[in-house]
Amino acid sequence: MTMTTTTGPATEARAAQRLPGAWGLGLQRGALEIKQFFRQREQVVFTFAFPVVFLFLFASIFSDDVQDAGITASQLYVPAMMAAGIMSTSFQSLGISIAIERDERVLRRLRGTPMPPASYFLGKIWLVLVTGLLETVVLLLVGTTLYDVDLPTDAGTWLRFAWIFVLGLTACALLGIAISSVPKSGKSATSVVVLPFLVLQFISGVYIAIDTIPDWMLNIGALFPLKWMCQGLRGVFLPESAQILEQTGSWEFGRIALVLGAWCVGGLLLCLLTFRWKNRRDG
Amino acid sequence: MTAHANELAVDVRGLRKQYGDVTAVDGIDLGIRQGEVFGLLGPNGAGKSTTVEILQGNRSRDAGEVSVLGSDPATGTRAWRSRVGIVWQDESAPAELTVRETVRHFARYYPRPRDPEEVIGLVGLEEKAGSRIKALSGGQRRRLDVALGVIGGPELLLLDEPTTGFDPAARRQFWQLIRKLADEGTTILLTTHYLEEAEALAHRLAVIAKGQVVAQGEPAALRDRHGDEATVEWTESDGTPRRERTDTPTRTVTELTRRFDGEIPGLRVSRPTLEDVYLRLTGQEDPR
Repeated sequence: MTMTTTTGPATEARAAQRLPGAWGLGLQRGALEIKQFFRQREQVVFTFAFPVVFLFLFASIFSDDVQDAGITASQLYVPAMMAAGIMSTSFQSLGISIAIERDERVLRRLRGTPMPPASYFLGKIWLVLVTGLLETVVLLLVGTTLYDVDLPTDAGTWLRFAWIFVLGLTACALLGIAISSVPKSGKSATSVVVLPFLVLQFISGVYIAIDTIPDWMLNIGALFPLKWMCQGLRGVFLPESAQILEQTGSWEFGRIALVLGAWCVGGLLLCLLTFRWKNRRDG
Repeated sequence: MTAHANELAVDVRGLRKQYGDVTAVDGIDLGIRQGEVFGLLGPNGAGKSTTVEILQGNRSRDAGEVSVLGSDPATGTRAWRSRVGIVWQDESAPAELTVRETVRHFARYYPRPRDPEEVIGLVGLEEKAGSRIKALSGGQRRRLDVALGVIGGPELLLLDEPTTGFDPAARRQFWQLIRKLADEGTTILLTTHYLEEAEALAHRLAVIAKGQVVAQGEPAALRDRHGDEATVEWTESDGTPRRERTDTPTRTVTELTRRFDGEIPGLRVSRPTLEDVYLRLTGQEDPR
């Protein structure tokens, strides 16, 4: 028998002192998540290229001037697809990938190590921040070069963009983590996650301009973050004259901040209440 | 040697676990000493995995006292988790990462990890260190699982049916690895439904059936205690094969020698193998 087999509070206390910190491990996990993400080509295409392809299709098919708004339909699609892109890289990507990780028992294995749970979630946040930013940059490049969208020139508007991006991304990421607990298996995750996302895109003004969606549908869409992300990004990237297309004839930045902020809090509570490290058959 | 050295690494008393109407674990007592390899042997569905999952801190229990390295696994802290290594029954590792990336990353979770390169060598994956996990064979993945189980330098290693699905050669290699870890002083709990595995590796073992421990002790002692009865087989003059179970085989053979007046045709005297004992204990005996 050697010294390594001793037990007791003294060893325990020594080990506790030297346990690696949650923040540092979160960074490590983030780097690992990003590496894994870009090595899975299907997932990159699915979450990443989808909004770009859709922007190209919709903005090229519908390109007429919008009456009295001083913009073209193509210009409307640029912020819309940016919002959808943010939701795709956060909500859809996390909802599916965490469900698969749970089903394949990657989560259970992590739980069996001394890794603090917070590091896992920090890693996911880093992944979503990087992919969400990249997605946004790509869509903006397409929008500015092909569809006459002008980048804001003042710092105030960029600041506005920053908080809409961060709040929207956070809310959608938390909802993605929450919905990952719904599918019974990794195989059913895609349909469980993609269907509500698709419906939301129709009733939040992503594919169809908000002034043509029936009010009752738009009101349902307004319960969720996507509608407000679209509206906020229109406010950032479209001229003031386009405000007349909005439901209330204004960008409503205050209300956007309120709804997205509420979803961040609500989404966090939902995650804390529902997150599981094992799937149902593992108890 | 410290004051704690005689403390049991795993101490289980009256463990019970129920799934709905089914009692998976029905009052199990186990004591695993520091530094020993302990085998938990039993047929499928006997309650082995449930027991190990409770020891890992990954399943709740209905009743009983459980102490693993001095702590209750149900309230295991990070520090406690860093001292227990787990190799699951049905494992999965991130497919897109390489062996080296994965082992190195897992090393960061622990306060005093082993050297990743050394651990990769220990499980014999040096040549695969740069390969993506999705490109590994089943046996290689299992060795990676062991690497991730021992990377933190655990005092106790819990292995749940580690060699299920292995071919005989891979199983022998795996046994060598377990012996190496045991020689380093790691306490090892291993569940298996392969008797020869328990016999080859375990210093002591417990046989469980229907959620209860039906026998516990050293493999040889188990055989002796439950295997007094020998079987004498011979062939009668008319060619009929005969078989007799007896506690006194010598007397039987002496009588037969007198009767046949010399050589007994087809004589065979056998003691039950550990397998016979095991099958009898777990109620799976071949009726003959």
